[in-house]
Amino acid sequence: MPNTEPTTGRRGLIRALLRTGFGASLVSFLYPAMKFMMPPPVAESAANQVSAGRADLKPNSARLFRFGSKPALLVRTPAGEMRAFSAVCTHLNCTVQYNDQSHQIWCACHNGQFDLNGKVVAGPPPRPLEQFTVHVQGEEVIVAKG
Amino acid sequence: MLKRVTDWLEDRTGFDSVREFLKHKTVPIHSATVWYYFGGITLFLFVIQVLTGMLLLLYYRPTPGEAFESVQFIVTQVQFGWLVRSIHSWSANLMVLSALIHMFSVFFLKAYRQPRELTWLSGMVLLFLALMFGFSGYLLPWNTLAFFATKVGTDMAGVIPGVGHFVLRFLRGGEEVTGATLTRFFGFHVAVLPGLTTVLLLFHLALVQKWGMSSHQPPGTTVPTMPFFPNFVLRELVGWYGALAVLGSLAALFPWELGTKADPFAAAPRGIHPEWYFLAVFYTLKLIPSKILVFDGEVVGILVFGLGALGWMLMPFWDRRSGGEERHRLLTGLGVFVIAYLVVFSALGYWR
Repeated sequence: MPNTEPTTGRRGLIRALLRTGFGASLVSFLYPAMKFMMPPPVAESAANQVSAGRADLKPNSARLFRFGSKPALLVRTPAGEMRAFSAVCTHLNCTVQYNDQSHQIWCACHNGQFDLNGKVVAGPPPRPLEQFTVHVQGEEVIVAKG
Repeated sequence: MLKRVTDWLEDRTGFDSVREFLKHKTVPIHSATVWYYFGGITLFLFVIQVLTGMLLLLYYRPTPGEAFESVQFIVTQVQFGWLVRSIHSWSANLMVLSALIHMFSVFFLKAYRQPRELTWLSGMVLLFLALMFGFSGYLLPWNTLAFFATKVGTDMAGVIPGVGHFVLRFLRGGEEVTGATLTRFFGFHVAVLPGLTTVLLLFHLALVQKWGMSSHQPPGTTVPTMPFFPNFVLRELVGWYGALAVLGSLAALFPWELGTKADPFAAAPRGIHPEWYFLAVFYTLKLIPSKILVFDGEVVGILVFGLGALGWMLMPFWDRRSGGEERHRLLTGLGVFVIAYLVVFSALGYWR
């Protein structure tokens, strides 16, 4: 008997049904599994402004605070001015800190350096830090986007 | 009685054929035979990883509120907990080292050439899985170093053109490194990666059995051999004891540190650096300027690393000679250059 499989007729039909059946089963298993693996989007914090705590920060110092789900940095410059930035380094996502010796914002991960306007002065970060506006209301510092 | 039991087992399993196979299997003897032991040592360390990992699972809890505390509990309260955790961490590092030695020895002996292309490819994927084991396991104690290493590492995956953001969200379980990331990494570390590794390891070992060891000798030369069992196995066993001695000493004399608990809203600490096997990439990324022509420096850097690793992985398809005996000065030079780069940049990354 020749060992060739017919591609038409009843056998061909059954083979086509089997193949599409397996294919469809595979897709119907994989699609929900793939969808399951992707996390559902979480609503970004709608707040456009947050409190950055009390206004008792000493000149030439800084502190980190939460802005929605991300860290932000409140800096009081040596001249006494309050400034706020996103604390997420634009290079690879590390959290930056204030260096009171160089009066710059510094990222310990890959040595990125920013001035007190958020501009990159050295290292690999490709973009400046996002700057926020600062309002001092009585004892409290309010930081807002834009 | 014993004979009846063994006969009964033999009738149902046919294990005699395995014994027959082992009787006839041989290993070539030559100046580079010593390098054959590193594949086995890597396997031995992997088994230690599995066993100590199972022990750690009895106490570890994969949530941001409990992960650090549970590891602290293991190393301070559980009897021999410090030792089990230290062995798990040290053995992970030694396994990567041993796998790298194994890879470079295969590279320099040209043992990846036809017909062993798939052995090399499966070995490279196994090495990638070992690095993923390291990367995912590093986060599990939820300490500061691990938190930032994961932030940087997943952010690097995020810059891949086209699919980057998808990969980033898949790895992190969201936009940021959070408890969702920890749960995912735990799942990868104890279920997904072990499953994939086991399947691929069996494939890799089956290919090694099929083609035997590459002898690295000119054709026509009669290569002296030794029986695989017991001669080679006993020698390999000495290698395993050696690895165990190194591992035991390191784990006991330099217990793995736990560090401080991760705070997602604290700054990255001074002197932060990743595990030693990512140091060369880490240091290179520090040096790359922010812009190369119109592209972001880090994107160019990561793409070059990715393409370099892909090129290395596809080595048997560049170098299409067959057999290990024919030399290729350019490729040997490339191997020496890659090792020199890795050693120098890792050292600079650690100390600068």
